[in-house]
Amino acid sequence: MRRQIEGSRAVAETVALCRPEVVCAYPISPQTHIIEAIGAMVKSGRLSPCEFINVESEFAAMSVSIGASATGARAYTATASQGLLFMIEAVYNAAGLGLPIVMTLANRAIGAPINIWNDHSDAMAVRDAGWVQLFAETNQEAADLHIQAFRLAEELSLPVMVCMDGFILTHAVEGIDLPEQAAVDAFLPPYDPRQVLDPGDPVSIGAMVGPEAFEEVRYLSHLRQLDALERIPVLAAEFAESFGRSSGGLLHRYRTEDAETIVVALGSVLGTIKDAADALRATGERVGVVGITSFRPFPHDAVRDALSGARKVVVVEKAFSVGFGGVLSTDVAMATHDVDLSLCTVVAGLGGRAITQRSLESMLVDAAKERLERLTFLDLDHQIIERERARVAGSRRSGPTAENILRDLGTVASRIG
Amino acid sequence: MTTQPVRFYQIGSFAVGNRLVDQADRTVQSRPDRSNSLDSGHRACQGCGEALGARYALDAAMRATNGQLIAVNATGCLEVFSTPYPETSWRVAWLHSLFGNAPAVATGVAAALKVKGMHDVRVVGQAGDGGTVDIGFGCLSGMFERNDDVLFICYDNEAYMNTGVQRSGATPAAARTATTEAIGPEPGNVFGQGKDLPRLAMAHGIAYVATATVADLHDLEAKVERAMEFHGARYLHILVPCPLGWGSAPSDTIRVARLAHQTGLFPVFEAEYGEVTAVSSIRHRMPVESYLSIQSRYAHLFGEGGRPDIVARIQAIADRNILRYGLLEMPPSDSDRMETSP
Repeated sequence: MRRQIEGSRAVAETVALCRPEVVCAYPISPQTHIIEAIGAMVKSGRLSPCEFINVESEFAAMSVSIGASATGARAYTATASQGLLFMIEAVYNAAGLGLPIVMTLANRAIGAPINIWNDHSDAMAVRDAGWVQLFAETNQEAADLHIQAFRLAEELSLPVMVCMDGFILTHAVEGIDLPEQAAVDAFLPPYDPRQVLDPGDPVSIGAMVGPEAFEEVRYLSHLRQLDALERIPVLAAEFAESFGRSSGGLLHRYRTEDAETIVVALGSVLGTIKDAADALRATGERVGVVGITSFRPFPHDAVRDALSGARKVVVVEKAFSVGFGGVLSTDVAMATHDVDLSLCTVVAGLGGRAITQRSLESMLVDAAKERLERLTFLDLDHQIIERERARVAGSRRSGPTAENILRDLGTVASRIG
Repeated sequence: MTTQPVRFYQIGSFAVGNRLVDQADRTVQSRPDRSNSLDSGHRACQGCGEALGARYALDAAMRATNGQLIAVNATGCLEVFSTPYPETSWRVAWLHSLFGNAPAVATGVAAALKVKGMHDVRVVGQAGDGGTVDIGFGCLSGMFERNDDVLFICYDNEAYMNTGVQRSGATPAAARTATTEAIGPEPGNVFGQGKDLPRLAMAHGIAYVATATVADLHDLEAKVERAMEFHGARYLHILVPCPLGWGSAPSDTIRVARLAHQTGLFPVFEAEYGEVTAVSSIRHRMPVESYLSIQSRYAHLFGEGGRPDIVARIQAIADRNILRYGLLEMPPSDSDRMETSP
């Protein structure tokens, strides 16, 4: 049924259709509307049987999920930003134990400086944790990915994170097709755990593993991710057949067939990038777009196939590795190491800075004219940078950087474009 | 049932051996059908109080639940010595996740059992003192506050033994650890305010809180059984001497634990819904020297250059416990007799 609905609400409704049995909640912006909505559904009895547990921290949220999943319950939680970092030890643990927990990550910047707005620093911080990480481009896809996430997680016994841009998606209201319960039930069978705590057949889970087997256990986790690489397109195709729309898969291509320049990105910014590509095409530049849905496992072959016809690749990233450069770019470069193309990284949208079509177009014009540097920070205000650097050079006790800059800027909180 | 000849022997507390009591009152551990939850073959040190405490506690919990038990374990000695891959000494459904999250993982297990309608299966969470009073305290307090259906057991050996005897929030004043060396004007651990977990648990108003030692295993079993009569959050704090970390003889584990009680340094009591309901009174009160002097972690307090002033401060802690819990009030006869040796 098509409803005009907030992204968070659509995710909550869809998660409820997946019949989670234990949901853990610790509030953090911009994830709050998701857990509030699920909490209300459990409280009213609409989602039953389900235990909704208000925990005391994100570390507990993931830990309760671990206990519930190991006892054979379908477990779900949601977090963002600092919350993800606070639970990171348990995030690794859930993957190491091979527990099919599904978590929504409402992507948000990481402090300091504290910032509640969107970027992808949080997801990148757990890139190597062993979770499948799927990035939603739209709210429809965010909702749909959860159904596929539970199926994938439970088939392979590994945890899946659905990443959706904080505020940009979580708080956007638009028309969403919410599936019928019967269709979800047909797509997602009840959870049949590969390992379970059962007093009738007691096993030890979480034993000490030494050098004699640790590498093998880790390698098997890698193999499960490679299995996921095969299953993700299959599940997306099955989903399309069952629900009548395309969502998920390894990546999305847009006008790449004859593209000379291809822009690669994750998440909701792809919409703006497609508009910018259309505008460039109108001026005669052959620009295409590749949106990567499955960031982990990383679809090396599919990325290579999608980019191998291009001469230039521009990776637009809402995160970067400080002191190094792009994160996604590194993966793209690895996937295309034997393809003759030039690759540039554009870091954009950190801490919620709007990524405008105008800036993207200007950047793409630069790329076409070979003026784009290997690492570019989109819309960086060099005046601010120089002023602070001068302050640091001029005085030993120059004070806290972020606060100095805010003092320079004055009251301009509304000017984020 | 196999029979054994009765041997009457006396131990320091003037209790008599288990074999002299009625069959029905004998320990779970003496029954041929005990579950051996923590089976032989594990790698604990000789004289390990934690292995002893865990075995008795879990076997009692298994008996109380008719074998319908799931155990969640924090990282620590108990987890490490029992499970080096691919061996495991656990004959109970057992899950280890992390150091600081055992109470939350136990909550998750309990939630899953509830949602699946498996009401006969119960959950025990367990950790050492580090996993309970320090790194696991946030999760433990949350579990208490929500009143989740979990019995949490702390095996308190008063330091981080698994990593090589470093100080924890449960390390007593003046004790030497690898991070509180016996040097300087205040040798050993500081005299802080302490972190009295049983009282913190009581402050949450949970149904049942009890302390026990491995010196009175019958009492320990009874408290586990009592704990399993309640639903909701429950807490059991067991003092488990560590020969390695305390510098006591492996053969003295029971003796050291008994002296901890008899000196008043470790009050043994039960509480329900935040109120103390019973105390194990001290029948033969001992001075703290008797307890401290047989542990090398306190060696700097005795002999030449010893610190009788510090011993006196520790005695004051014991005296305060005795007053606070009324540990000398029963039985009426010979209740305040001091002895010089156990």
